[in-house]
Amino acid sequence: MAAKSIGPIRRKFAPWDDPSAKPLIRIENVSKNFGSFTAVNNVSLDIFEREFFALLGPSGCGKTTLMRMLAGFETPSAGSISIAGQDLAGIPPHKRPVNMMFQSYALFPHMTVEKNIAFGLEMEKLPKGEITARVEEMLKLVKLEGFALRKPHQLSGGQRQRVALARAIAKRPKVLLLDEPLGALDKKLREETQFELLDLQMSLGMTFVIVTHDQDEAMTMADRIAVMDKGQFVQISPPAELYEQPVSKYVADFIGDINLIEGRVEKNDLGKIILGSDMTGGMIEASGESAVKNGDTAWFALRPEKVSIGLSPPENPSVNTATGTVWDIGYVGDVSVYHVRLDGGGTMRASIANTRRIVERPISWEDKVFLTWAPDSGIVLTK
Amino acid sequence: MTNTNHRWIVRAIPYLWTLVFFLIPFIIVFKISLSSPEIAQPPYSPTFDPFVDGWSETFARFAEFTSANYLRLFDDSIYVSSYLSSIWIAGSSTVMMLFIAYPLAYGMARAPKSWRPTLVMMVILPFWTSFLIRVYAWISILSEEGLLNSMLLSLGIIDEPLVILSTNAAVYIGILYSYLPFMVLPLYSALEKMDESLIEAAKDLGCTNIQAFWKVTFPLSLPGVIAGCFLVFIPAVGEFVIPDLLGGSDTVMIGKTMWEEFFNNRDWPAASAVAIALLIVLMIPIMIFQNNQAKQQEAGQ
Repeated sequence: MAAKSIGPIRRKFAPWDDPSAKPLIRIENVSKNFGSFTAVNNVSLDIFEREFFALLGPSGCGKTTLMRMLAGFETPSAGSISIAGQDLAGIPPHKRPVNMMFQSYALFPHMTVEKNIAFGLEMEKLPKGEITARVEEMLKLVKLEGFALRKPHQLSGGQRQRVALARAIAKRPKVLLLDEPLGALDKKLREETQFELLDLQMSLGMTFVIVTHDQDEAMTMADRIAVMDKGQFVQISPPAELYEQPVSKYVADFIGDINLIEGRVEKNDLGKIILGSDMTGGMIEASGESAVKNGDTAWFALRPEKVSIGLSPPENPSVNTATGTVWDIGYVGDVSVYHVRLDGGGTMRASIANTRRIVERPISWEDKVFLTWAPDSGIVLTK
Repeated sequence: MTNTNHRWIVRAIPYLWTLVFFLIPFIIVFKISLSSPEIAQPPYSPTFDPFVDGWSETFARFAEFTSANYLRLFDDSIYVSSYLSSIWIAGSSTVMMLFIAYPLAYGMARAPKSWRPTLVMMVILPFWTSFLIRVYAWISILSEEGLLNSMLLSLGIIDEPLVILSTNAAVYIGILYSYLPFMVLPLYSALEKMDESLIEAAKDLGCTNIQAFWKVTFPLSLPGVIAGCFLVFIPAVGEFVIPDLLGGSDTVMIGKTMWEEFFNNRDWPAASAVAIALLIVLMIPIMIFQNNQAKQQEAGQ
């Protein structure tokens, strides 16, 4: 995962932890039904000024519906949405202080780039000189000077994406909504654009709400991510917390790669939880607080990069150790992922950074291996 | 078609079609338009038959060709006024048609997806009955003792039957009814393929529904508007059946004038000259239409 470009402002940016901070967007108990189908089910959320907020989830989880309610294209069946203290109920899209960048970009095909960007400003009836100046500023911002007189069909995908962005921010909305903004770009361009979007958001001081199904995209850009499933929020957290402290198997599995080891709780006190597991054939010792009681079924969630793999047994093979046979090795370039069939049943993955050029692997297919991990490397989940 | 040697056959078919059903008849009609009327069989001269008369005699007869029929088109005001009145009737019914068909097509394009095939079907349903029969049916609707008048009389809306049949109003009704699908279908196809998110984007950027329509929907439907207008205007100019059956003696349209020249006066050369002149008059809008279609295709690529 690429590192986030964190400036000095961003490092201390956590208004959601400050009880006195006033949210810019307030979503309260919002539901949306389409016939008998509930797309969004009683969700509440505060988004703060200058925040880069991501709604993340698989398709059909309700994230797009929620965004469309913010833009005014859908009306909530229940609940209320307000921006800067103003209740948005009954306010049509054209009067809302938000602009949206559409997944399909929705550029007007009969207008030039310049006219597309000027469209919202002309609707606002700004003076002509100001419109020209603003359009020029926008073109410069998205590095499309010289393309002003092209029509959308004469642009590449990446250029169209920039025009759509320029058009959406030209009106300087309080909130910019981005619906899968990078979905149509190829991987390389997507990564570049992620950082450009971040820079832009910081320099404009605008609040961005992005809808995406791409967890990398959300992790790279967002201050906070709301993981959605079946119309509800499963977890709302900053990226690192989401990755390291998922609240459920669903989140753990959705964000990145994870090993879920099932076990019974044998002991839980003083920040130490002991699980007995058939999969590892031994004890799992996990540090951390959890409400689990003895005899409960729980899962130890462990990221593959936090697992060590070795050919010789560790000092204490009865704790935090699993034995098995290397079934497959996935070479991804920067890391190699070892799929290990455990002697106790099930598989575990361990990803090892390829710090040297591989000439001959020390561990190969069919090798008998020991997987080990530290007590604080995973988390105990109950659902 | 994988065999490249035989591809020309496929390509030749439309050209062959045009040659046989357009170019050859056109040349025959053009030739007659340069002839003089005769009381004979056929009713014009010169006629050519090199096998009876010999080649030199045949070529000598070329000198008998005359442009008198074309000059007459300008001399006799009936022709000029027929042309002008045809263009006026066709043009104004095209404009009226646009106002009727656009909301209809818009409604169809905005209807739930599952309804649309049914709605399209309903628009083209009248084609299942012969055009002639449908126009005849309007006689029984519009006549003094017709359906419309008896309904209005029985409802007490009018005291005396309205005179609609045999007026220009009946001609307009006939054209609007008969050509409606030709306007609705191109409009529908232009409106139906429009991306809904374009209209949402317009609203998002500050348009009311009406502004979004005029700034986005309408400009993007223009190709459909142009196609529909030409599909209605071009055949309506040369329309004969509708003015003949529904119009009165004061309805002059070029198709009717041509018919009268041909059957009543038995003046084939004059009728042919009228036909050729009509073709030339219509050539201009057809070429504009072709040009527009070509541009559309270019932009679509």
